[in-house]
Amino acid sequence: MFHWLEKNPFLFSVGVFIVIAFAGLVEILPNFAEASRPIKGLKPYTVLQLAGKEVYKKDNCIACHSQLIRPFKSETDRYGKYSLSGEYAYDRPFLWGSKRTGPDLHRVGNYRTPDWHANHMWDPKSVVPDSIMPAYKHQFKNVADMATAYAEAVTVKKVFDTPYGDEIQPGKAAFEKYYKSVALPEALKIAKAMKNKDVLAMVQQGKIPEIVALVAYLERLK
Amino acid sequence: MQSSAALEYDYSVAKLYMWTAVIFGIVGMTIGVLIASQLAFPELNYLFGEYGTFSRLRPVHTNVVIYGFTVSGIFATFYYSAQRVLKVSMGESKLLNGLGYLQFILYLIAATGLVVSELMGITASKEYAQMEWPLDVLIVVIWVLWGVIMFGLIGMRREKALYISMWYYIACFLGVAMLYLFNNMEVPTIFFSGGVGAWYHSVSMYAGTNDALVQWWWGHNAVAFVFTVPIIAIIYYFLPKESGQAVYSYKLSLLSFWGLMFVYLWAGGHHLLWSTVPDWMQTMGSVFSVVLILPSWGSAINMLLTMKGEWNQLTENPLIKFMVLASTFYMLSTLEGPIQAVKSVNAIAHFTDWIPGHVHDGVLGWVAFMIFAALMHMATRAFKREIYSKSLLEAQFWIQTTGVVLYFTSMWIAGITQGMMWRAVDEYGNLMYSFIDTVSVLHPYYTIRAIGGLLYLIGVFMFAYNFLMTATAGRKLEQEPQFRSPMA
Repeated sequence: MFHWLEKNPFLFSVGVFIVIAFAGLVEILPNFAEASRPIKGLKPYTVLQLAGKEVYKKDNCIACHSQLIRPFKSETDRYGKYSLSGEYAYDRPFLWGSKRTGPDLHRVGNYRTPDWHANHMWDPKSVVPDSIMPAYKHQFKNVADMATAYAEAVTVKKVFDTPYGDEIQPGKAAFEKYYKSVALPEALKIAKAMKNKDVLAMVQQGKIPEIVALVAYLERLK
Repeated sequence: MQSSAALEYDYSVAKLYMWTAVIFGIVGMTIGVLIASQLAFPELNYLFGEYGTFSRLRPVHTNVVIYGFTVSGIFATFYYSAQRVLKVSMGESKLLNGLGYLQFILYLIAATGLVVSELMGITASKEYAQMEWPLDVLIVVIWVLWGVIMFGLIGMRREKALYISMWYYIACFLGVAMLYLFNNMEVPTIFFSGGVGAWYHSVSMYAGTNDALVQWWWGHNAVAFVFTVPIIAIIYYFLPKESGQAVYSYKLSLLSFWGLMFVYLWAGGHHLLWSTVPDWMQTMGSVFSVVLILPSWGSAINMLLTMKGEWNQLTENPLIKFMVLASTFYMLSTLEGPIQAVKSVNAIAHFTDWIPGHVHDGVLGWVAFMIFAALMHMATRAFKREIYSKSLLEAQFWIQTTGVVLYFTSMWIAGITQGMMWRAVDEYGNLMYSFIDTVSVLHPYYTIRAIGGLLYLIGVFMFAYNFLMTATAGRKLEQEPQFRSPMA
């Protein structure tokens, strides 16, 4: 019946490709433009928050935490309003996760404070005695990669028209200016709210530890 | 499928991949047991500083077992069996053989780069597509080389009709190429930032919900085209070869192949049920997941019926044991998946340990068992030696089977328990449990899972020893065995 096809590798391969590509075309493309529109009032991430998102990726928080509240009463009671597509419009990549060994974090900024995060990341058991989450003490020492986060902001502004202001420009000089005039003051505010002397001292010396960026990012999740 | 005496097959590239399969198997599964133990005993997170936490190590585990162990197994079996079903030797073309070596070297570089970058935390963070853009480029080169070699061999073939295994290898090549390219579309930031920031960093072309859609179109179908399609290629070659039985039904293999190709791609939406992707896509994902039972079971039943009238081999030959149980686990796993894809079940199962449970009855019971059996079968032909120890293989089979059963049963219970506790309400409609209650309750199941994993890992070490001894110290064979692999 199909023997002729099995003797013709070229037609066979074309056949396979059409059959497997079909679903993707029908399922993915139609919705593409619509699903990426931001909800009203959504602002792009600040560079400090982007650096925090990089820490979130680097220490791979999505291995255990989701950012997707499903439309069930049990979830909205626990975590807050269910998630909307437009809230993710500036998330590249998306960070929904696929496993909840720990709780969802999509609105964690609503119910945790910077000093809670500071204590929790230093020693999870100090705030949740039965926690099985590891401590992330290295985030208090490692300096956040602000340059790469800034590069990301420049890139998405240029390539995807993400609405950043004129302060985001390519080049080292523009980055250094932004770092001193925007990023450091923002980090200082977070560091003060974290109530941790060492972290505050580090920021006052002009260095931003990973934990400050991460907390800035977590505070943004609302 | 008679081996032709005149043709001397060249297994040099196949052998290299056989060794990497064994080595990556040990590395990947050792890390697996470590991270499983970390969930039960969190103190184990601090063995290697910031590089030893569960979160850092989990992608190292998944990437090493997928792209190290499984893909090595796929390439090893391809370089071994493609020559034989096409009736052409790699040795006949210096060019193709050279490209084979080149592909292997690039593969080693990419695999090492992947492990190091994941440990460093340099990651694109999409599951099973964590590689940053320089590694992505390298992987595309490796894949294209594989395609050149595959179609080069096909172009030189003496056997005109492509055997079933070749259909599946071709599908694996095309499917992964398409999915990988589209999912990894990303913009390197260094090209736009005016020299600011890390050179290897990139941002995804897609945002939010779209990114999720493309990612799970990939994520789900990576399971299709890495854990299913090429493994079916393996069983279609090695089960008939080892048992001396002809494939039960050509029509069933035809139906299963084209059915699987068409249906599998639609089912990706079942990873995004109750999320912000449109409802109709979620429903399509659910419906096609259930339809997927047909082609999956078609292949599995075709394999089981191939053993018709020869079931005595199951008691006599441990390699047949591995392959028949693998088929059976494939059936279990492809029934369990569709059940989890039903929206109401998914509401409980999603985000819980039932999902890793499901993954592991598939990969430990089906994928890895097939690769172990194929490696041993190939060893007798490629090294021209008898399998070193039959009793060791038998022991490995039973220890690993026990391990798999402990793994998935504990994760079933853990997942359903947690899913139910998350939604439990008291008589006034308030949530009954705080989140941490639903974590503490899992401790015994995490412990059992770690023990199951450890048993499986012990089996892997037994296998590695047996394989090493077969290759170096097994009794020399004068003549290539036609069917059953001889073992001491």
